[in-house]
Amino acid sequence: MKRINIAGAGLAGLSAALTLAKKGIGCNLISVQPSERAQSVLAEGGMNAALDTMGEQDSPTFHYEDTMKGGVYLADPNAVRGLTSAAPEIIRRLHAIGVPFQMKDGELVLRPFGGQKKRRTAYAMSSTGKVAMTALIDEVRRFEASGLIRRYPHMEILSPAIEENRCTGLLARDTFTGECFMFRGPVILCTGGMNGLFSGMTTGSTANTGDVTAAAFVSGAALGNLEMIQYHPTTMTIPGKRLLVSEAARGEGGRLFVERTDPESGRTENWYFMEEKYPELGNLMPRDVVSREMSMVTQDPSCGSRVYLDMRHLSRETWEGKLADLRKEVIHYLQLDPAADPLPVSPGIHFFMGGILVDEQHRTSVADLWAAGECACQYHGANRLGGNSMIAAVYGGHVAAENAAEMVLRHTDPERTGNEPDEADAVSCGKMSASDEAQQMLSPAFAGQVQRFLAEGLPVFRSEENMQKALQGLEDLWTEALTEREKRRLLLARAILLSALSRRESRGAHTRTDYPERDDKQFRKTTAARFVNGEIQIGFQEIPKDRQEGEE
Amino acid sequence: MIQIDVLRRKNKEEPAYLQSFLYEPKEPSETVATALRRLNEQASLTDKEGNRADPIVWENSCLQKKCGACAMVINGRPMLACDASLSALKSPVRLEPLRKFPVVADLMVDRSILFQNLKDLNAWLTADADPSEKKNPDAYEASRCLQCGCCLEICPNFAVDGRFYGMASMVPAARLLVQMPEKEKKELAAEYKRHVFEGCGKSLACQDICPAGIDLQGLMARSNAAAVWRRLLWKKRN
Repeated sequence: MKRINIAGAGLAGLSAALTLAKKGIGCNLISVQPSERAQSVLAEGGMNAALDTMGEQDSPTFHYEDTMKGGVYLADPNAVRGLTSAAPEIIRRLHAIGVPFQMKDGELVLRPFGGQKKRRTAYAMSSTGKVAMTALIDEVRRFEASGLIRRYPHMEILSPAIEENRCTGLLARDTFTGECFMFRGPVILCTGGMNGLFSGMTTGSTANTGDVTAAAFVSGAALGNLEMIQYHPTTMTIPGKRLLVSEAARGEGGRLFVERTDPESGRTENWYFMEEKYPELGNLMPRDVVSREMSMVTQDPSCGSRVYLDMRHLSRETWEGKLADLRKEVIHYLQLDPAADPLPVSPGIHFFMGGILVDEQHRTSVADLWAAGECACQYHGANRLGGNSMIAAVYGGHVAAENAAEMVLRHTDPERTGNEPDEADAVSCGKMSASDEAQQMLSPAFAGQVQRFLAEGLPVFRSEENMQKALQGLEDLWTEALTEREKRRLLLARAILLSALSRRESRGAHTRTDYPERDDKQFRKTTAARFVNGEIQIGFQEIPKDRQEGEE
Repeated sequence: MIQIDVLRRKNKEEPAYLQSFLYEPKEPSETVATALRRLNEQASLTDKEGNRADPIVWENSCLQKKCGACAMVINGRPMLACDASLSALKSPVRLEPLRKFPVVADLMVDRSILFQNLKDLNAWLTADADPSEKKNPDAYEASRCLQCGCCLEICPNFAVDGRFYGMASMVPAARLLVQMPEKEKKELAAEYKRHVFEGCGKSLACQDICPAGIDLQGLMARSNAAAVWRRLLWKKRN
C-alpha cells in the first residue's frame, strides 16, 4: 500500500493520519516539532457539536445556521453542513478515546459560546485542546507501533513540490542534522495559520510561520479570503505574544465593561456596553462584533481607553470546576486574580479564516495536494465562531484523508501515489549548500517590517488609505537582495493586503470605514489570490450552491 | 542589565563553550524566553566581549507553559524558559541544555527517547475508554503532561536507554490505566510495572519540578494500585 505525506502533526494532521490508518493506508506524519508542541494544545474553550444534551432541542441544522450566520454567509454551505452533521459523532468518538469532557449524570455538559443560540460547546476546563491532543496522540501511537504511521517529528517543512500544477512530494529539512529530504507522493498540508507574518502579535504558536502557505502560493496553490483575520476580543499583552483569555470566560458569565463618564453629572460608571447593545446574546456575540464594539467604545471620548473583563461575580463552583486553569494562568502571567479584579483586555489576532483555498473535499487548486486545519480556507467564512476551530480541524483532516485515500486507491501510477512500501519514505537530497541555506534565512529586521506594515494596514477597522500606505510600505521593501524565503513571505503579505483592498465592503472580520455596508451582490464571494507569471492576481469566485436549499 | 551565560555547542561533534551576553529587559515581567527571542532578533548578535555570535539555537512554540518545547536548565534547575521570570533569577543567568538528552545544538536537545519509551510501553487504549465521570479528574490531570523532560532531567534513576522510563511515561500511562476497562489492562500493567514501578527510587526529586504542576505522587500512587497491587491481589485470590 502507498503512503501519503501529512505535513503538520496538530489536530488536523493527527486526524488525517488516523483516518488513513483505519483504512490500512500508511502515512508519513512530518512535523517540525512533536505533536505535544503543536498550536492545537493551546486551544481552550471547547468544541461545538449539536449533541443536544442540555434539553434545548439543538440540532446540526441550528449549528449549521449559526456557523453560516457567524461567518456572514461566506462559507461553503455544503462543507458546513458536512461539518455540523458529523460533529456530534466526532465528539462521541473523542470521548470514547478518552478525552475527559465535562460530564454530569452520565452525559456530556455543553457550555454556551459566542454567536450560538444553544449550549453546544463540549469542554474540559479551559484546556480542551491539550487533552484532546493527548488522546489523539495516544491513538496515533498505536498505529506507529504497527508501522502504518511513520513519524518524522523534527522536519522543517520547506515546500510542497509542485510540477505542472500537480503535487509530487514534500521537501523538508531535518532540524537535527540539516539534511534535506524529498517525501515523494501526495501531500496533505496541516501546517497551521500565518502567525509568523504577525510575529509577537498573535495568541498562537511561533512554529506556525505561514511560510509553508507562502511556498504553496508561489508554487501555484490558490489562496482564499486572506483578508479575514480574526481579532479575538479578550487577549492581554505579555512579553513576546498575546495571551488569550478563553471565550469560556464569557461563556461562564464574564462581562465586558468600559468606564464611562456622564458629561453632565461628571459621574463615572461601569458601562456593560455589550449587554446594553445586544440584549439577546450580550457578551456572547460573535467575535468580530465584540472586537468592533470594543474598538468603538474605547474611541468614544466619554469612555475610558480600556475595556475590562469582569468575572468577579462568578461562583466558586465555576472557578473551581470550570475555569481553574484559566484563573491560574492569568494570575501567573499578569499577577491579577480575575476572581478579585477586572482584567484589562483588548482584541488580538487569534485565527486566520483564510488560507489555502480548498473545495468541500479539501482539495487545493493543485492536484494531489490537500489542505486542512487552520492553513486551509474552509468552514469559517468571514468570521469563525468560538468552538468551531478544533471540530473543523478534526473533521477537515478526516475529509482530506478520505479523499486522498480514494485517489491513492484509484491510481496505480507510482509517480502519482508515492513510494512502494519497500522503498525508503524519503529520498535524501543531502545538506543544503551554503548559498541554498542562505536563501532559507529570514532576517528578524525584515520580518519585523513586514509585521509592522501588516499591523498598520489590517487593524479591526480598515480603510483604503491605510491599506494603500501599508501596501506601498511592503512594496518598498522589495529588493533583489532578499532571500527566497523573504521574497515568498513578502508576496504572501502583499496578497493579504491586496485581497483586503479588493473587498470593498464590510463583512465579518473585514470592517472598512470607507465601505461600512455589506454588499452581497458584489462580494458574497470568495476572494481568491493566485500567483501567475510572477504576478499576484486577486479575483472573486462564486461560493458553491447549497445542495439542500429549499429542502427544509 | 542582565548577564546571560549560554552553554553553546555548534553540534554534537563540536566542543561546548560558555558565551556571555548582556541583555536589558524592556518590561519587568520578561522571561528567559523573551530574552532569548529578543537576543536572536538583534540584527547582529554580539556577546559580552563584543564578538559576533551566531543566533542561539533553542526550541519554542507556545511561550505560555503549554507545549514543553523550551525546557532547559536555568541556573541549575530544569524548567521552561517561558516560565522563568528574569526578575526572579540570580544574575548571571546560566542557560544549559537538558543534560540527560543528546545535544543537537546549543540549548536544543534530542528528546526522541520520550516518545520511544511510550511506544515501548504500549501506551495506547486497546478498547473504548470507560466513560464514567468519576474517572475524569485523574484522566484530565494525566492528560496535561507536556513531554518536556524536566522530571527526567532531575531524576536520579532515569537514564536514556535505561530500563526506568520515569514520570514522563508514568503520567500518560496513568491516563490509560484509569480509563482502560479492567480486562484490557494486562499488557500495559506489565510494562508499567517493569519500566515505571520497579525503577522509581522515591527520591521525590521530581515533586516540584513539573512545569504543568501535575500531581505526580498522587497519580503514581493510584497507577501503582491499578497496575501492580490490584493484580497481585487478583493473583492471590485465584
